Amino acid sequence: MVAAMHALAAMGWAQSPSMFRPAGPAAEQIARLGWLFTIVAGAVTVIVTGVLVAALYRRRPAHTSGIEPSGDPRGPVRWIIVGGVILPAIILVVCFVATLITQAAIASPPRPTVATVQVTAHRWWWEVRYTGMGADQTVVTANEIHVPAGRAVRVNLVSNDVIHSFWVPELAGKTDVIPGQDNAMWLQANRPGVYRGECAEYCGLQHAHMDFFVVADAPTDFAAWLARQRATAVAPTDAAAAAGLAVFHRSACAACHAIRGTDMLGRVGPDLTHVASRQTIAAGTLLNNRGNLAGWVANAQSLKPGSGMPNVPLDGPDLQALVAYLETLK
Amino acid sequence: MATAAVAAALPPNAYAAHSSGRWGMRLLIVTESSFFAYLLFSYFYLGSMASTWPPGGPPALTIAAPDTVILLFSSVTLWWAEKGIERGVQARLRAGLLITFVLGAVFLVLQGVEWSQKTFTPQTSAYGSLYFTVTGFHGAHVAAGLLMNLVVQFWAWRGFFSAKRHELVSNAALYWHFVDAVWIAVFTSLYLIPRLT
Amino acid sequence: MATVVAASDAPRAQLTEIWETPRGLLGTLTSVDHKTIGKRYLVTAIAFFIIGGLEAAVMRAQLVHSNMHLVSPEAYNQLFTMHGVTMIFLFASPVLSGFSNYLWPLMIGARDMAFPRVNALSYWTFLLAGIFLYSSFLVGQAPDGGWFAYVPMTARAYSPGLNIDFYTLGLIYLGMSTTIGAVNFIATFFTVRAPGMSLNRVPIILWGTLTVSFLIVFFMPSLTVASIFLYLDRTIGTHFFDPANGGHPLLWQHLFWIFGHPWVYIVVLPAMGLASDMIPTFCRRPLAGYTFVALATIATGVVGSGVWIHHMFATGLPPMAMSFFSGASMTVTIPSGVSIVAWLATMWYGRPVFKVPFLFMIGFIILFVIGGVNGVMTAPVPFDLQLTDTYFIVAHIHYVLLGINVFPVFGALYYWLPKMTGRMLSERLGRWVFWLMFIGMNLAFFPMHITGMLGMPRRIYTYPSGMGWDAANLISTVGAYVFAVGVLLFLVDLVRSLRVGPLAGNNPWDAPTLEWSTTSPPPPYNFAVLPTVRSRYPLWEDRLHDGATSIVDQGPVLDDGRETIGTSALDADPMAVIHMPADSAWPLLLALALTVVFYALLAVSWTWTAIGFLLVFICLAGWLSPSRIARAGGGT
Repeated sequence: MVAAMHALAAMGWAQSPSMFRPAGPAAEQIARLGWLFTIVAGAVTVIVTGVLVAALYRRRPAHTSGIEPSGDPRGPVRWIIVGGVILPAIILVVCFVATLITQAAIASPPRPTVATVQVTAHRWWWEVRYTGMGADQTVVTANEIHVPAGRAVRVNLVSNDVIHSFWVPELAGKTDVIPGQDNAMWLQANRPGVYRGECAEYCGLQHAHMDFFVVADAPTDFAAWLARQRATAVAPTDAAAAAGLAVFHRSACAACHAIRGTDMLGRVGPDLTHVASRQTIAAGTLLNNRGNLAGWVANAQSLKPGSGMPNVPLDGPDLQALVAYLETLK
Repeated sequence: MATAAVAAALPPNAYAAHSSGRWGMRLLIVTESSFFAYLLFSYFYLGSMASTWPPGGPPALTIAAPDTVILLFSSVTLWWAEKGIERGVQARLRAGLLITFVLGAVFLVLQGVEWSQKTFTPQTSAYGSLYFTVTGFHGAHVAAGLLMNLVVQFWAWRGFFSAKRHELVSNAALYWHFVDAVWIAVFTSLYLIPRLT
Repeated sequence: MATVVAASDAPRAQLTEIWETPRGLLGTLTSVDHKTIGKRYLVTAIAFFIIGGLEAAVMRAQLVHSNMHLVSPEAYNQLFTMHGVTMIFLFASPVLSGFSNYLWPLMIGARDMAFPRVNALSYWTFLLAGIFLYSSFLVGQAPDGGWFAYVPMTARAYSPGLNIDFYTLGLIYLGMSTTIGAVNFIATFFTVRAPGMSLNRVPIILWGTLTVSFLIVFFMPSLTVASIFLYLDRTIGTHFFDPANGGHPLLWQHLFWIFGHPWVYIVVLPAMGLASDMIPTFCRRPLAGYTFVALATIATGVVGSGVWIHHMFATGLPPMAMSFFSGASMTVTIPSGVSIVAWLATMWYGRPVFKVPFLFMIGFIILFVIGGVNGVMTAPVPFDLQLTDTYFIVAHIHYVLLGINVFPVFGALYYWLPKMTGRMLSERLGRWVFWLMFIGMNLAFFPMHITGMLGMPRRIYTYPSGMGWDAANLISTVGAYVFAVGVLLFLVDLVRSLRVGPLAGNNPWDAPTLEWSTTSPPPPYNFAVLPTVRSRYPLWEDRLHDGATSIVDQGPVLDDGRETIGTSALDADPMAVIHMPADSAWPLLLALALTVVFYALLAVSWTWTAIGFLLVFICLAGWLSPSRIARAGGGT
């Protein structure tokens, strides 16, 4: 199952998150509207260019004087009224009606939402918190949102700092995340899959590296995932992991990161309780594997300059141990 | 031929209400009015998002109301001065300009007193920021009008203006009336409308 | 005097002495001649165009492939911000001001603009504001918040350096320049048209620039207010945009876009006017539907003032409000369609002559249509929620900006530079310029429709591999460089023309409007005798046979100092002789004084700000003190 998830991840990684490959009801409605407008746009371009070419190259009777007199103004006026006002107006009215229909269709999900996720946008990562889980049953993760396939999830959008924008092109249009304003949207994927999300509002140095993934699970898989995420961190079972935990303690990681079930509860950076369960790190910048984890810890500033993660200078064995510990946090 | 005949008879002056100087002043007024419109838009926009606005209740009228009367009266005195020079009465022009200046200066002083009595600053809240910015920019426009008044007085006291030639006075007067009109909008928005709701 | 004289008898030597700016440094710094100011605007704007283009060249090199590290994220963010600021504020509008400044008096039969010194001031403040903005690079702190500078990112907390202070103050300063220019155009339109040039006879560029001048007067203050608020938030701790203390980030967006959307019409309507004035010449017939085109220009300006929310569809505003603005945004295309049909009809019912300026007109129409329809694609709210903030929008803005501003501008350069310099550019090189620019532009920007639809967001300094975006970005970069070669070739052609171009003569294109009745270049006084106008196309009347008889070869000389005729606003009935000011140092001095104020505000030095204001007051008092002539009993 994990392998399947990784395979799905690899696919999501390698595909364009295209609005014309919709995988949810909202994106499907929008794509239909998009096709209408695209076809109209293309047709208008072709027709007007055709008229232009005809106007330029049509055969004309010979004429001796250098200047064409204005002639009967009714011809051009007819052109203008019909081609410049009436036809465009008709086309635009049709397009506007289609717009209103689509707007109404995407206002609410097909069936009521089954979960609520609070997404807090930071510079430059996404904090994901499942609410309504009960006081001692927190689900907090980062840069990855799981949803049950075929049902809608409500997403509450909060900004920790500046304006960001939450966008999963294959599932829905984007919604800005604005400090001081409570924006919300609903998200639904038709089938299990991995869908890439991006920050779509310029938010500073690493706006380019602020991606996330929406993973749609079959409903039982989703429940299982929630249950795993609710659990606190596993205690290290082997020496390497235990050494890694010690390195974690020593290196002030807890100033920013939390590992629930330990005494390390920093809130500045992503929650690491189940970091090994995620497909990517650094907000979609790197695949989550041993080499990248090590590279990120040791040299985050050259991978994502300006991000909140500092370079943590560790010698080889310490780094290995730390990574070994992090990999146990599934 | 029309142009020739008229051209021969054309007066060698700018032509009063059609003059480019008057156009310039009108357009300055339009753009500055837009400026104040956006300030007030911001005031109402942020107000619409707040639970109580103004946060401390409507501002007191004790100074602002009489101040308004003073400023509006200064428009009357300036109008009186302008009518005077239209008839060539230098004394009325000079006296009217002087009185207008004094009234405008009193307005600013009283505004300063009102500012000093406020319990909030521009840094206290968005309301504070708006209150002082809006009244501050209006006050700056009044100050500019006073400077204009001084310049016009300088030429008036040297007998430069006449019934035929007083464009500078008319343009400066137009500006002063605009400043008063802006105050009416500011006063209504900041002081009166909060009392209606 | 105001008596009528035949042009051949006019005292040209005397007129030259009255109007000519003396040579030398003092003359250069004090000239108020609209032709000089117009050419300065053009040269300066094109210089900024090249600088903005170089910024783009670096950006396209960085984006040619995924995960490139040619420039740091800091540098990239400054580059894309300044590319936008430069192109939008320092090129697109000033270049049109340059053409309008140069052409208006010549087209309307006047000797200068209504406010010659204000004209000079608008240029000096434009130049100095541009220098102010670019001086930010000297301290490595160029604006980096995007040309739209959304808060809270541009608040002090997230942008601690001087970058955004250069931005706010630079834009306030530039806004002053643009506004006083606009005031000048409106006053000129209504006071100094030649006798008989009623509203329905003015060239369309007059309608275009007049409309945008009103837009500027009404909407520039919105940006000024926004910039002042941001400056105050950053320097003295006010809370206009701070949600924790009663402010709101969306206030910035509203104020910015209330200005920002009319601004896009400000940078295209005059260019469309230039096109409307060039197309008839190369179709050998009057413009079809002149009245429709004039009304469409105004209608675009009016309707376009009420669509700004379409830049904010993703912010979570009430759906009903957004639907209204969605519909309005679709409606605003109709006047544009009217103009396009009018141009097509002019071509259809005319006889096209495929000279270089006309090639640019053809390219302009095609790019206008593409940019217009991809804009309509962003008008529906739901689809915009996918397209906004992606490379699709980058495609749209460049199709409309390059298509409806740059292409008419280059056409206008090929068309009117001969009038300005007296020498023709090269038809052969011009064709190369056109095709390189047209092909390069489409190669650069068409693929961006695709990358946007494939999910590529804007304003990213790099992108991951495996997203399917590499090929399109490569093509875009190649296209950008092809376009750049075209621009470079134009510069070569320009230098060549100035040195060895064939002499143009008065009217190399056999064009119909008044500017072509003067020499190339025109004399300092424009017209030896002021004309009387009876139709839209005075120089074609003998061949159009519609009974109009404008009088170009005789009229009043008006040589008692610098004089022109003042006429009534609607019908241009002669009303007065207007005395124009001589060359003056006050515009430059006032601009320098204002520059002191802005640097003082940048340094947050209230002392120096006060000193600056004092200098400003002195310059204003000196400027506005009545001239000696007036004091002696003549004039105002």
